Amino acid sequence: MYERRDQGRSMDPRTLNKLSEHLWEIPRTGDMKVPGRIFASEKLISDMDEKVREQVVNVACLPGIQVASMAMPDAHWGYGFPIGGVAAFDPDEGGIISMGGVGFDISCGVRTMKTGMMKEEVLPRLEVLVDQFYARVPAGVGSEGLIKMNAAQIDEMLVGGAEWAVKRGYGVKEDLAYIEEQGRVDGADPSRVSDTAKKRQYREMGTLGSGNHYLEVQVVDELYDEKAAQAMGLRMDAVVISIHCGSRGLGHQIGTDYLRSLADAARRFKLPIKDRELASAPITSPEGRAYFGAMSAGINCALANRQIITHLVREIFTEVCPEGRVTMLYDISHNTCKVETHSIKGKKKRLFVHRKGATRAFGPGQIDLPREYRHVGQPVLIGGTMGTASYILTGTEEGMETAFGSACHGAGRAMSRTQAKRQWHGRDIVRSLAAQGIMVRGHSYSGIAEEAPESYKDVTEVVDAAHRANLARKVARVRPLACVKG
Amino acid sequence: MKQYETFEHEADIGIRGYGDTPEEAFANAAKAMYSVMVELDRVEQKQFRGVNVSADDREQLLVEWLNALLAVSDIERMVFSRFEVRIEGNRLAGTAWGEQLDRARHQANVEVKGATYHLLSVREQDGRYVVQCVVDV
Repeated sequence: MYERRDQGRSMDPRTLNKLSEHLWEIPRTGDMKVPGRIFASEKLISDMDEKVREQVVNVACLPGIQVASMAMPDAHWGYGFPIGGVAAFDPDEGGIISMGGVGFDISCGVRTMKTGMMKEEVLPRLEVLVDQFYARVPAGVGSEGLIKMNAAQIDEMLVGGAEWAVKRGYGVKEDLAYIEEQGRVDGADPSRVSDTAKKRQYREMGTLGSGNHYLEVQVVDELYDEKAAQAMGLRMDAVVISIHCGSRGLGHQIGTDYLRSLADAARRFKLPIKDRELASAPITSPEGRAYFGAMSAGINCALANRQIITHLVREIFTEVCPEGRVTMLYDISHNTCKVETHSIKGKKKRLFVHRKGATRAFGPGQIDLPREYRHVGQPVLIGGTMGTASYILTGTEEGMETAFGSACHGAGRAMSRTQAKRQWHGRDIVRSLAAQGIMVRGHSYSGIAEEAPESYKDVTEVVDAAHRANLARKVARVRPLACVKG
Repeated sequence: MKQYETFEHEADIGIRGYGDTPEEAFANAAKAMYSVMVELDRVEQKQFRGVNVSADDREQLLVEWLNALLAVSDIERMVFSRFEVRIEGNRLAGTAWGEQLDRARHQANVEVKGATYHLLSVREQDGRYVVQCVVDV
């Protein structure tokens, strides 16, 4: 019943309505409550799996959906929602909340920190630095954090997020202003998080994880927007550090628990659901409220996790480079459902915005932003691969109107992990990146092979599409100098 | 006869177990999942853990079984390489044999975050059972 076989067929742009160079529409047909909209270049669309369309359409059929079921330029085939999927639901119109619109790694995200140092100053100490990061920032399968938690501490952390971590001495209060919602979301309800989920986190606070998660030392090598760069304190050759990680075992278990309970609820509420993976319940139902409470707790867990790693990064960096000072640039999440107010046809509405493999990209003027960013918009951090580059953009006013203030989250895979592992060996990748001046330390060679830069889409093309679609504007490109992989 | 395999998927990875009975296929699906994380033949069967799950149908039972194993692995820092399964109606009782994770010896590769309903199926094909789903890594 859920079997599908025709993976690999690409989308034909001619079957979509072209609204503009970078916006394509799937017209509303059948059970769709709204149209589908894909923000991408013609080339990116031609490379997208036909399954992305099917998933965008399935989401468009969900009750209470507003405006359109959207896909960002890096969209690819996920489970339930496409990865790169954005959809907002109105609780007053029978809107739903979906585990398939968030995923297992709740609030996985990117945090970028400035170091106050330039490339020439850091390069002579880069090897020491990366070896220290590799040795001291817990990463990889089964790694354990330095802090061991008990049940009561877990509950406090689930409510307090990064703010909890700062209170316990991990980082400084100034860090919090540079995190979405100042480091903690409201609505977290630890009583909705299972004991199994909490136990999975006892030893995992302050760990990076594995797969596509990383810690990178990067250098600014291109600037596109002087004004925004200045607001963020970025200049050419400045060294920054980025981490990509999520809510660890606790988040994964919340996903697991609510995949089951929301799939059951969808059946009980007789929701018109095309795909079991869309595991959904009305926002106002007990099941929907329970998931929102648990998922929000998962967001706080991810924020606390990145905060603890920030503390470690700061400690290590200033040991190796005592003249440096590690300060926050910004922290964004890309697997979330958040309550936000958006104007629809001139009317302000409180909506549950799902972003699965998509980031928030709020435009200028938003009150939530730190003062120095308010005139340029929210920083949008888009992670590339260890061999290419990452980008820093800012949200736009137009994106607030067209996409609930959202943008893409990364390059998106072009090749499966199995295929990548067949094609490359981790050791060769490490060697060839070293020749390009990028030091890679990994806890697993096969893990590195799976993350081969060539197995991802061209991040530049994805970022350019987001820029041209005016979802977010390019500010700077950062190139990796060193990368620690889980 | 093939016991298990992984299959390609754009962002994640698919796992598939074969067997003459559903039980055998479920056990082999677990092998396929752990083969994504570690080198299975390096995992010694020193200890065992039992899990019990139930579900509305066979497909969901497979996902529940795999996710229950992942939770044990995460909490107890264990990996497994041999599995036995008993299915009665909508209930499954499983046993997994393995040991404490040793990242270097087991050549740990990547964590599995969860088993999904994606490409999920339990079916009979030419007298053998084939069960599969995509796992999120």
